[in-house]
Amino acid sequence: MSESVAAAGASVPAARPERPSRVPDFVLCAGLALAGLVVLVDALQLSNNRTGTDPLGPRPVPLLVGSLLIILAVFLAVSVARGHVGEQEAGEDVDLHHKSDLKTVLLLVGVFAANIVLIDILGWVISGGLLFYGCAIVLGSRHFIRDLVIAAALALGTFYGFAIGLGVALPAGILQGIL
Amino acid sequence: MESFGFLLEGFATAATPVNLLLALLGVIIGTAVGVLPGIGPAMTVALLLPITYSLEPTGAMIMLAGIFYGGMYGGSTTSILLNTPGESSSVVTAIEGNMMAKGGRAAQALATAAIGSFVAGTIGTLLLAFTAPYVTRFAISLGAPEYFAVMLLAFIAVTAVLGSSRLRGVISLTMGLAIGLIGIDAVSGQARLTFGISQLGDGIDIVIVAVGIFAVGEALWVAAHLRRKAADVIKVGRPFMGKEDFKRSWKPWLRGTAYGFPFGAVPAGGAEIPTFLSYITEKRLTKHPEEFGKGAIEGVAGPEAANNASAAGTMVPMLSLGLPTNATAAVMLAALTSYGIQPGPLLLVRDGDLVWALIASLFIGNTLLVLLNLPLAPVWAKLLRTPRPYLYAGILFFASMGAYAVNGQPFDLILLLALGLLGFVMRRFGLPVLPLIVAVILGPRIELQGRRALQLSSGDWRGLFGSTNVTTGEFELSPIAITVYVIIVLILAWPLIFKAIRRILPAKAAAVVEAVSDEPALAVAEHHYVETSEAELSAVRPPSDKRPEIADSDLAGPEQE
Repeated sequence: MSESVAAAGASVPAARPERPSRVPDFVLCAGLALAGLVVLVDALQLSNNRTGTDPLGPRPVPLLVGSLLIILAVFLAVSVARGHVGEQEAGEDVDLHHKSDLKTVLLLVGVFAANIVLIDILGWVISGGLLFYGCAIVLGSRHFIRDLVIAAALALGTFYGFAIGLGVALPAGILQGIL
Repeated sequence: MESFGFLLEGFATAATPVNLLLALLGVIIGTAVGVLPGIGPAMTVALLLPITYSLEPTGAMIMLAGIFYGGMYGGSTTSILLNTPGESSSVVTAIEGNMMAKGGRAAQALATAAIGSFVAGTIGTLLLAFTAPYVTRFAISLGAPEYFAVMLLAFIAVTAVLGSSRLRGVISLTMGLAIGLIGIDAVSGQARLTFGISQLGDGIDIVIVAVGIFAVGEALWVAAHLRRKAADVIKVGRPFMGKEDFKRSWKPWLRGTAYGFPFGAVPAGGAEIPTFLSYITEKRLTKHPEEFGKGAIEGVAGPEAANNASAAGTMVPMLSLGLPTNATAAVMLAALTSYGIQPGPLLLVRDGDLVWALIASLFIGNTLLVLLNLPLAPVWAKLLRTPRPYLYAGILFFASMGAYAVNGQPFDLILLLALGLLGFVMRRFGLPVLPLIVAVILGPRIELQGRRALQLSSGDWRGLFGSTNVTTGEFELSPIAITVYVIIVLILAWPLIFKAIRRILPAKAAAVVEAVSDEPALAVAEHHYVETSEAELSAVRPPSDKRPEIADSDLAGPEQE
C-alpha cells in the first residue's frame, strides 16, 4: 500500500522504503511462543475433573490453544526467515515512509495511563479533559488555548449529556456536588 | 409469508415517535462519525455503543441500526472524497469514485453511492426479512455437533478466505481464542488465565476487546505514522444526478445487490469479493469502457450497492445463527450481548419482537439516510477537514469513556490500553484484526458446543460428527455436520486444488484461471478483460497485498500532475 499512500498524500514520487529489519518480526514470534507457554502452564494447573456431564473437562481446549500458539510461532519464524515479513497496515492518515514514531506512542500511553489513575479521584470531567488535551498536544496540536477550550467543552458535554442525560456511569470525582 | 405480518409488527414497534427520533439521531451521529477519516463502520458502532447503554434494548437496537447504516454511508463518502478508504470493502468504490470526484463529478459520485446504497439496502433488508425465518428454522434443527461444525466453518472462513496471509490469519484467530479463554469456565467453574485477578473472572467484555483493538489500536498506529500533510479533500456541492446518470446507474445497482446479498449471507462471506465481482461485471457490460479508470459512474454504482447489500446479507447469519462474518457484525453481536440478549438460533424465537423491530428500523434508517444525506453531503465533507490531532485525541477520549461505562471501573481502562497496544502490534506486523474479534466471540461458544456434543456421546469423539439415534439406539453420522466438514476441507485445500487445475487444464484455460485467481487487481488495472465463467469468477479473491497495483496504475497519472 505504500505507493498508493504516497500518490494520494503528497506529490512526491513513490519511493520504496528501505528493506526492513527482520528483528522485530522475530521478537513477535518469541512473544507468541511466550503467550502460548503462559496458556499451557495455566492449563496444567487446572484440576481436570472429568465428569459424566463434562467428559472433556476444562483443560484440553487451553492445552490445544497454548500448543497451537507455540507451533504457529515456529511457523511464523520460519516464514520470516524465508523473507516473508508482515505488511504494515496502511490508512488514510498513515505515512509508512517514516519509521514508527514510538516517542509519540509512548507519550500517548503515558497520557492514557494518567487517566486510568486519575479518573476515579478527579472525576471524568477533569481527567477526561486532560486526556483529550494531552493527546491533542502529543499528536502535534500547538493551539494551546483552543485545545483547552475544546477539551473542557468535550469533557463537560459528555458528562452532562451521557452521565446525567443518559445515565451512563461516569464518575464526578472531586467535582461531586459542583457539577 | 409469515414474515410479512411480523415485519408489520416490527414497523409498529419501530415507528413510534421516540423510536423514530432514536433512528434519526443514530443516522446523523453514525454518518458524522463514520465520515471521519480512519473510522470505518465497525469502529463507528463500537465507539457509539455506550450512547445506547441506558436505553431499553429495543430502542438501543433501533439506534444502532441507524448508526450502522450511517457509518456505512459515511465510509463511502470518505473513500470518494479522499481516496484510500478505511475499510477493505470500500476499496473498489474508491477506485472510480475518487476519479469521478477529481474530474469534477463528486456530486454525481456521491449521489449514485447514496441512492445505490438505498436501493441495495432496501432490497437486501427485504431479502433478510424473508430468509431469516427459514434460516432460523434450519438453525433450530441443528444439534451440538452440527453447530460445532458450522462455527468451525466460520473460523476457517474469516481466516482462510479473507486476507493475504493465511498464517497470519490463523495466528490472529488463535490469539483471539486465548483471550476468549480468560475467565471462569462455564462448565467446571474453574478459573482460567485469570492470574488471581477477580475482575477477570467474568472474562474480558467483548465491547472492550472491540474498542481496544479497533479504536485504540488504530489511534496509536496512526499516531506513530501521522502524515505531516493532511490528504487533499475534494470540494463538493449538493449531490445530484442527471437523467443520463440514472440510466447508467440503475442496472449496476441491481446487479451489485445480486452479488452482494448472497456473499454477505453465507458464513464465508464478506464484502470484498462481491464488490470486486461487481466492478469486473460493470466494466465488461458498460457502453463507456473508455471511462473506466477515469471515473465511470457504473464503477461506483455497482460496487457501492454490492457493499450495502452484503452488509444486509451479513445480518442473516448474525441474527439466525449468532455468527459474525465481518467486523461490523462482530460489534453488533457484542452490543446484543451487552443488552443481555443471547445471540444464536433461538434469538428469533425468544426475542422475535426485538429482531423484527431491528429489521424494520433498518428500512427506516436506510430511508432517513438517503433523505438526509443528499442535502447534507457538503456538511459531511467539511468534517473530513477535522484537524488530525483532534480526531485521534477524540477517538482515545470516546474509547476511554465507552470502556469505563461498561462496568464503571478503571480496571477496564487498563485492559483497554493493553488491547490497544496489542492492536498496534497487530497492525505493525500485518496481523488481521477480524479473526481475533470473531474468535473472542465464538471461542467460548464453540468450546461449549464441542463439550456438549461429547457429553451427549458420553465422551466418544464420534460425537463431534453425529449423534445416537434415540429410537434405534445406533450411532448415526450427521449429514449436515459432514457436509460442513467437507466444505472446510475444500477451503483449506483450495491452494492445492488450484495448483492441480493449473497442471491438468490446457495452457490457455490455465492462464485464464491464473489471471483471475492470482492477480485480479492487475487484470483490472491493465484494462485487459479476461473472458471467464461465473464459476471461475467465484474463485476470485482480491488479495489486499495487490491493492497498490490498482491504485498505482489507475490513479498515478492525474494525481501527480
